[in-house]
Amino acid sequence: MRARFVLAQIGNGLRRNVAMAVSVVLVTFISLTFVGAAALLQMQVDKAKDDWYDRVEVNVYLCPAGEPSVACPDGEVTEDQRAEIQALLESEALSDYVQTVYLETKAQAWEAFQERFGDQEWAQRITEDQMQYSFRVKLVDPEQYQLIYDELSGRPGVQQVIDQRSILEPLFLVLNRATLISVGLAVLMTVTAVLLITTTIRLSAMSRRRETEIMRLVGASNLFIQLPFMLEGAIAALLGAVLAVGGLWLGVRYIIEDWLAESVRFMPFVDTADVLTVAPILVAVGIGLAVISSLVTLSRYTKV
Amino acid sequence: MIRFDNVSKVYARGHRPALDQVSVEVERGEFVFLVGASGSGKSTFLRLVHREERPTSGGVFVAGRDLSRISSWKVPQLRRQIGVVFQDFRLLNNKNVFDNVAIAMQVIGKPRHQVMSAVPETIEMVGLAGKERRMPNELSGGEQQRVAIARAFVNRPAIILADEPTGNLDPTTSVGIMRLLERINRTGTTVAMATHDDEIVDQMRKRVIELVDGQVVRDQARGVYGARADA
Repeated sequence: MRARFVLAQIGNGLRRNVAMAVSVVLVTFISLTFVGAAALLQMQVDKAKDDWYDRVEVNVYLCPAGEPSVACPDGEVTEDQRAEIQALLESEALSDYVQTVYLETKAQAWEAFQERFGDQEWAQRITEDQMQYSFRVKLVDPEQYQLIYDELSGRPGVQQVIDQRSILEPLFLVLNRATLISVGLAVLMTVTAVLLITTTIRLSAMSRRRETEIMRLVGASNLFIQLPFMLEGAIAALLGAVLAVGGLWLGVRYIIEDWLAESVRFMPFVDTADVLTVAPILVAVGIGLAVISSLVTLSRYTKV
Repeated sequence: MIRFDNVSKVYARGHRPALDQVSVEVERGEFVFLVGASGSGKSTFLRLVHREERPTSGGVFVAGRDLSRISSWKVPQLRRQIGVVFQDFRLLNNKNVFDNVAIAMQVIGKPRHQVMSAVPETIEMVGLAGKERRMPNELSGGEQQRVAIARAFVNRPAIILADEPTGNLDPTTSVGIMRLLERINRTGTTVAMATHDDEIVDQMRKRVIELVDGQVVRDQARGVYGARADA
């Protein structure tokens, strides 16, 4: 009898306030979409980092032939200097930080260069001798770049030490900024959602004041009086959360999986499985918001 | 069943108390009229019994419980033993007679089979058999009050509180309502009724407690409306 009665109450409440219920659904939908987008963006950043940091190396460019420069006052690196640098990189002292060391010869550099730009006229005029030797150093922990940099830069024969990570930084910066914006919008929309849910429930409670008054008179418990209102809010928020998950799923499925992941192959992307990971969080947040805002509202409007 | 020990109730600081040092005891199964002019404290008395208000000082005991000591989450339990009836009926206009009565059982979680048997039985008892499907606006004032009484009584409470139940009704209809309350009283239910309908009080010859400015000025078994104890 109780469950049936509560369900009837909820049905009545939602029907009497369709417009408000729909607005609660929509506003939770939008706010949770932003929450979800922020989460997915952060997952994207982590994924890309995991993948790339496994691959990034430190490039140690050795002095090329030609004009002496500040870094290379003596012209091209000598055989001895090269051997010395290699010995240092492979030394016991650095073995904790350096995973592998690979020497790229001028010939290999030229080949890689031609492979990349060979179809262009200016590139074809570059000779093998204009290329330079470089060491590719793979670190155990890519974060420890500074150590290698300090050790090598300024040494005779070393022109420049470059951390490949720095090439990726702008991209991560963009992704992190996007996450921030998304979080900001999520917070804003969540505040809106809370206010709207609060107003809706208040309206609902007011329009049923007589009913709740009578329920109180005949000895209904607080929980029993408040439950229909809470569930109304929770159902609307749940619908909003489901819409948000659906929206994110469609977005990831068609924009990222079908399009971005097909055309941009050099990095891994979030996929629909990640959306499903985020889904329970979104649903929990939605329902949590509804329940908390109704508890706050109801404690004032349906007192025993 | 109801006991007031030196109960005072002050609504707003600095104002005259609505009840002033009232001590009264109502036994189980009694029928009591609370009489007095408007603002004499009758309604406050009933509201204290129902624990809608708390006394400023003194003790209110209902059905063996000290209302100043029960916690607010136990208040619903208390109210399930008390039925209330008002001058303005307070029915739900969007529900029919059956549902208006049934709500009192539904909200306290009575099983469906009990609702299905107790509600028609009570509707019949108040004289509205066959009108279960009517809406409140299709009923006369007297009939609406009967629905309200059925709602108050359907859980077989130990106490019925009635606040001017005949205030909106013509004399003939009022007599019918009083017969009904008397009948309920005969089942062993304590009835406390606030009224200023002197004819009814004079006819019924029940205990009368008269309040003037929040003080009990008369408490008379088998009393009449206008008489003073010393008259």
